[in-house]
Amino acid sequence: MAEPQHGVELRVNGELHRLEVDPSTPLLYVLRNDLGLRAAKLGCGLEQCGACSVLVGGEAVLACNFPIGRVDGREVLTLEGLAEGDALHPLQRAFLEEQAAQCAYCVPGIIMAAAALLAWNDDPSDAEIRRALADNLCRCGAQPRMLRAVKRAAQELGS
Amino acid sequence: MTERAPLSPSLRGNPDLDTWIAIRTDGTVAISTGKVEIGQGIVTAIARIGAEELDVSIERVRVESADTARGPNEGVTSGSNSVEHSGNAVRQAAAEARQLLLELAAERLGAPLSALEVEDGTVSARGSDRSVTYWELFGGRSFDRKVTGEAVPKPAEAYSIVGRPGARIDLEAKLTGGAFLVDMTLPGMLFGRVARPPSYRAELLAVDEEAARKLPGVVAVVRDGNFLGVVAEREEQAVFAREQLLDSARWREQETLPPQDRLYEWLLEQPRESYPVVDGVPEQRPVEPHEDPPDAALTLEATYCRPYHMHGSIGPSAALAVQQHDMLTIWSHSQGISVTRQAIAQALGIADDAIRLIHADGPGCYGNNGADDVTFDAALLARAVPGRPVMLSLTRQEEHTWEPYGPAMVVKLRGSLGAGARVIDWSHETFSNSHIGRPRAFGEQSQLAAAWLRAEPMQRPEPRAMLFSHVGIHRNADPLYAFPAKRVVKHLVKPTPLRTSSLRGLGAYANVFAIESFMDELAHAADVDPVEFRLRHLRDRRARELVETAAERSGWRGPAGEGRGQGFGFARYKNSAAYAAVVVELEVDRETGEIRLLRALIAGDAGQVVDPDGLVNQLEGGFVQAASWTLKEEVRFDRTRITSCDWESYPILSFPEVPEVETVVLERPGAPFLGVGEATQGPTPAAIANAIFHATGARLRTLPFTPDRVRAAL
Repeated sequence: MAEPQHGVELRVNGELHRLEVDPSTPLLYVLRNDLGLRAAKLGCGLEQCGACSVLVGGEAVLACNFPIGRVDGREVLTLEGLAEGDALHPLQRAFLEEQAAQCAYCVPGIIMAAAALLAWNDDPSDAEIRRALADNLCRCGAQPRMLRAVKRAAQELGS
Repeated sequence: MTERAPLSPSLRGNPDLDTWIAIRTDGTVAISTGKVEIGQGIVTAIARIGAEELDVSIERVRVESADTARGPNEGVTSGSNSVEHSGNAVRQAAAEARQLLLELAAERLGAPLSALEVEDGTVSARGSDRSVTYWELFGGRSFDRKVTGEAVPKPAEAYSIVGRPGARIDLEAKLTGGAFLVDMTLPGMLFGRVARPPSYRAELLAVDEEAARKLPGVVAVVRDGNFLGVVAEREEQAVFAREQLLDSARWREQETLPPQDRLYEWLLEQPRESYPVVDGVPEQRPVEPHEDPPDAALTLEATYCRPYHMHGSIGPSAALAVQQHDMLTIWSHSQGISVTRQAIAQALGIADDAIRLIHADGPGCYGNNGADDVTFDAALLARAVPGRPVMLSLTRQEEHTWEPYGPAMVVKLRGSLGAGARVIDWSHETFSNSHIGRPRAFGEQSQLAAAWLRAEPMQRPEPRAMLFSHVGIHRNADPLYAFPAKRVVKHLVKPTPLRTSSLRGLGAYANVFAIESFMDELAHAADVDPVEFRLRHLRDRRARELVETAAERSGWRGPAGEGRGQGFGFARYKNSAAYAAVVVELEVDRETGEIRLLRALIAGDAGQVVDPDGLVNQLEGGFVQAASWTLKEEVRFDRTRITSCDWESYPILSFPEVPEVETVVLERPGAPFLGVGEATQGPTPAAIANAIFHATGARLRTLPFTPDRVRAAL
């Protein structure tokens, strides 16, 4: 953590931010503590659980160890950026309709990982969804309904 | 016909109606509970029950959860007691509030009580156009009376909310932004980290506090004996400072842990306290030796082993604390804020009322995890920076290695069949460390980790045997089956080298694993279908219906092998809460020993259903979690340190490994609410073990069923 700090530009959920934050700072802390976007969670800080998943340039990224310097001008998308105004994203709606959560701590990361999948595969099979979420841990055991929710969202997005 | 709910212990402890119900001035109703949301949907269940009894729409209900400064004190959210204790308290309190409001309305409208109707808080007199709302009648006023238990709650036939589908009230906020304790922010908030020792009894010989204080953003470094922590302006600065502190630290460690490769032999060799258990209750008298009956046609015995299991919350425990003048305020996701407050007050040597604990939602905890520890840690850090709030999160390694585990258990079963292929004798002995480790005010002792680490340490209390019905080690050790002769013995193993406390299901997971595996072993020896064998010994009508339903809905084929098999497991949690049966279908790869779960059918009976979806969620979630324990989980350690320190060294069931799950609920309108949060923990491991047996002929009795163990058994 060297001084002095540098200015870093980040485009997050469609808004441009200029931050006086060291470029080695993990994206997760910047999103949560500098930008107030607290859906993405600290689960392990070891890139093992997926609770911090966000999209950078459309790809799912584990933000807990991802330095903001590496964002390199790409668009960052968090759970808060999925909704359009008051209209929830089909994934959010599907998770609510299926009540696909218990404690819901892991859900923001899972929704973002699912969003990354659905961006390139609009009709994923069960096996494909499971593989895409293989590194997202859920301890409460809500996986069965989460799978249903992702399928439901895929159907809505595909139509 | 409605079964009248008995007066809940929560009401006896908090009899003032104003503690539970408040008619506000803005068209809403506040319903208070001392129970907390841990992902099990209790806040929604409480809101539904209250809305139903008051005849208001659920949108008007605001649930106020645990806060030591206000509301009912309902002890700890645990034991699957919440819907029974808090739900019934709210049901009665709301019914009484409604009664009082109607009496006032009758006066106001000049109509007899019998002519009044309520819809969404508006009371109208039938056959007239006169009406008045709760808020016009009573907004902002106090009831000033005690709950009498005399008002009759609504009969189940009249329910329009309870038992009907509906969304969880807390979910949308959690799916659109940050809504957890760890997402809170206060002006001037700092970030904290602690640096736990590398092993339980490690002694801190040296550490470079000065260098850490000079790091960017660091506001305070706290050292108190072996307790180390740091507070910084930015979170990543606290993370970095913690790493630097640990890099500079030198510890003296001790070998305190047993040999893992002979853990169960070790457990059985240790000094213990033994109690016979009769009808689920331990008795303080000597244990009689067991003798097989003279008319036994067949006698079997088997020993089942369960390792230490981790809660493994996805979110590391966190707390937010601020010391302001004489008041220490802490937001905590502890399950028992009032007892944790007492424990912290004691450890700090201050009065209880110098501390306020407010519950804020945390990640699923599944029992006593690091939430209480971190609440105290946050207090210690906050007192070093008075006036400034400190948000403290444990690291993943600290949560994994310092949380109190579900204890390792050994269960020995011995049973005899008579001439009619029925059980004529049954002996169950269960050996375990204590499952009880939650903090309380213990006097000079403490269950809070930092209290053990400080320069003036408090000692961990000696384990004490729990002697209530179906608690801890002996939970579900007494089977529901009707056996003519039954002997159950509880053995509390005293030396406790690994830290243990309550993990979902407590003793029920291992006890039911053993019982339900052994039932299958006896059935096999008698050449009787396992489901049929259970029905021969089940008198409880609801249990029988449940077992029959599960068999039918799963297309029960019994023992049909060739690498693929079905297995059955059943229990009634605590022999008094919800009933659950689990049928698992799986495949075994004989070469690799890998088990692939294909399908699960769960059947549950929870009495009057409050929240149908919440109920299914708990049954399924408990199954998935228990399946993970069963197939993959075992806390690993060497002689000095816990080595399960992250998700690589302690893997849990992942998306590709979760089977398809179908759940069927047997509804019992009007019957008492039964807690369902832990109901599938016990049946699941047995269903899996029994399915493996049907698939391969191999009987596994030591958890987890890793590929190595499966291969060795084939």
